[in-house]
Amino acid sequence: MVAKADSTPSEQVHPLDHLIRTDRIPHIWCTGCGIGTVFSSCLKAMISSGIDLEKTCMVSGIGCTGRGAGYLNLDSFHTTHGRAIPFATGLKLGNPNLNVIVFSGDGDLFAIGGNHFIHGARRNIDMTVICVNNLIYGMTGGQVAATTPVNAKTTTTQSGNPDAPFNLPLMAWASGATYVARWTMLHIRELTACIEKALTRSGFSFIEVLAPCPTNYGRRNREKSLETLRLYRDKTIIKNNADPSELDVDFQKGVILGEFVDRERPTCIENYDRTCRAF
Amino acid sequence: MGNRIGLEVSLSAAEAVKMANVDCIAAYPITPQTHIVEHLSELVNDGHLDAEFIPVESEHSAMSVCAGVSAAGARVFTCTSSQGLALMNEIVHIVASMRLPIVTILANRSLSGPLSIWNDHTDVMSIRDCGWIQVFANNGQEVFDHVLFGFKVAENENVMLPLMIHIDGFILTHVIEPVEFWEKDQVEKYLPVFKPVHSLHPDKPVTMGAFGMPFIFSEAKVAQDEPLIQSKSVITAAWKELGDITGRYYKPVETYRNDDAETLFITQGSYGDTVSLVVDELREEGKSVGLVMDRLWRPFPFNEFRDAVKNADNLIIIDRAISYGGQGGPLAIELRSVMYGEKNQPAITNFICGLAGRDMTIKDFKNIYQRAMEKVKGITLEEDYEYYGVRGK
Ligand SMILES: Cc1ncc(C[n+]2csc(CCOP(=O)(O)OP(=O)(O)O)c2C)c(N)n1
Ligand code: SF4
Repeated sequence: MVAKADSTPSEQVHPLDHLIRTDRIPHIWCTGCGIGTVFSSCLKAMISSGIDLEKTCMVSGIGCTGRGAGYLNLDSFHTTHGRAIPFATGLKLGNPNLNVIVFSGDGDLFAIGGNHFIHGARRNIDMTVICVNNLIYGMTGGQVAATTPVNAKTTTTQSGNPDAPFNLPLMAWASGATYVARWTMLHIRELTACIEKALTRSGFSFIEVLAPCPTNYGRRNREKSLETLRLYRDKTIIKNNADPSELDVDFQKGVILGEFVDRERPTCIENYDRTCRAF
Repeated sequence: MGNRIGLEVSLSAAEAVKMANVDCIAAYPITPQTHIVEHLSELVNDGHLDAEFIPVESEHSAMSVCAGVSAAGARVFTCTSSQGLALMNEIVHIVASMRLPIVTILANRSLSGPLSIWNDHTDVMSIRDCGWIQVFANNGQEVFDHVLFGFKVAENENVMLPLMIHIDGFILTHVIEPVEFWEKDQVEKYLPVFKPVHSLHPDKPVTMGAFGMPFIFSEAKVAQDEPLIQSKSVITAAWKELGDITGRYYKPVETYRNDDAETLFITQGSYGDTVSLVVDELREEGKSVGLVMDRLWRPFPFNEFRDAVKNADNLIIIDRAISYGGQGGPLAIELRSVMYGEKNQPAITNFICGLAGRDMTIKDFKNIYQRAMEKVKGITLEEDYEYYGVRGK
């Protein structure tokens, strides 16, 4: 059930309140955290896209980002760490009428659950995957992730991270995703427009959103939230259709944002019906 | 002995791992285990521990890396909790059958769902039958001592089995307690350099993890169970030697004022310390009460347990996990069976409590005592077990 916003004029009601379990507010997100902005962008896109919210389900894994599913006042599925995509796959295949949104963190989707991402994209399962990439495991206190930049300091790489991070859009493209975009949480209009587009098209759509984790990433890497936002403004380049191999997250070099992939491919269900049900 | 200092139990656990001079740590973070791993990463980073620290991408990988490291003949440590253990489950069973002496701390936390990060023993009981040696440490000092003990026992050539140390999440991992460190030479004397019985080396090839066809599978399993059963003598010898060094003598079953007690509480983990205070208070009220704490969980110390309870009329078994649809909590189910056929048949009451960090205070244990006495006086126990303090029941 979608509750209607309470519009008593004397009370100030946030326009997205009806999509939120207000009884669970205040939320857990820290001051300066980027997740809330991405979450509200996602809610706005859900409304503006015109998708049937009664037939929409949000799935998330575990993490600060993963809390999203629990705050949403629609059907939602807070799964285990790393398993958002397989849960979502089951949902979509079990009820193809559902709009399925996966909202989760970079650790959840690309470290412990990385395998599921590539297979979801390979099968082109019709869902929208939104990854809040804060370059670290936020919830557990700031350990190195598969997205942590080289040399960045985390509680498990105290002299700096020796390993190269994933280029997420490249991985999505190579695995077969049909829609791929990247924004930062500062580029809220572009982000909302892309989420809206992803929600209304079919196939496996992936949107990476860079967002600060001042508590665990910023503090250790001498980056206050506002400085991170400055990087998002000054050190990003918007380049739609950029070559996916150029899309490393390297703020020294500049980080490319935009819409990179928008292609058609039969979805998992279409392929299945054609191959296995065409008697 | 070394210095006695106040330190968070997780940090002292990591310091003990450092003293054990491990070659490798592979771990994935999960609350409430994280501080152990983070401190180890710091020790490696700062050059205090010459080891590889591998921040893997999941617990399944953590235990798999440990298997590889151990198979190559090196000393390895990992730790996890709850969902992390559930995810590494596959390899937890494998490394026992492969006889790889990995030492792991499980910072006990409830298994989902509902999702919870708090302490109980539902994760412990999910791997009861995994073939590892399993011990409970009840306070910071015990955790420190048992890391060194763990490697000594696991790597004994007659044992060669993985060993898990259970410590209560938050109740232990996040509190500061006084811990007496060992001197380096004491550790060196107690814990010899790891000499693997079999390891993967090109000069002397062996195959590990091979297929076990039906004609050999059962034999392989017996060959795994026997050393686990027999490890008890190595375990008690290692505790004796530890006691001779530190003055702290550990036993498979610890007891407190049990000799003349009519009623005994039976606990596992850090609840033992709380219940010992309950025993004192009840004794002051003139009640005949004592405490038996199971420290060694696998191999189970049958004789020691029977001996500890032989004079008691009533056993109050405290469980921190559920065996859904079973005859009570896993500890009670086990102990009923241990007592079957004994001449002295105490009345057994079983309480499942403290799930997912719900506080259990002295008052709660006193309530349990009272409830148990009411049940016992009714002679037949109307039910095998009771959930303590649950609303709406
Ligand atoms: C199997 C398992 N392992 C570990 C954890 C602990 N854990 C919870 S969230 C998390 C990482 C969170 O990082 P990310 O997915 O990037 O999300 P963020 O908190 O940064 O939004 C970890 C390791 C868990 N819940 N389950
Ligand atoms: S820890 Fe980081 S990711 Fe989590 S809520 Fe705080 S700022 Fe956000």
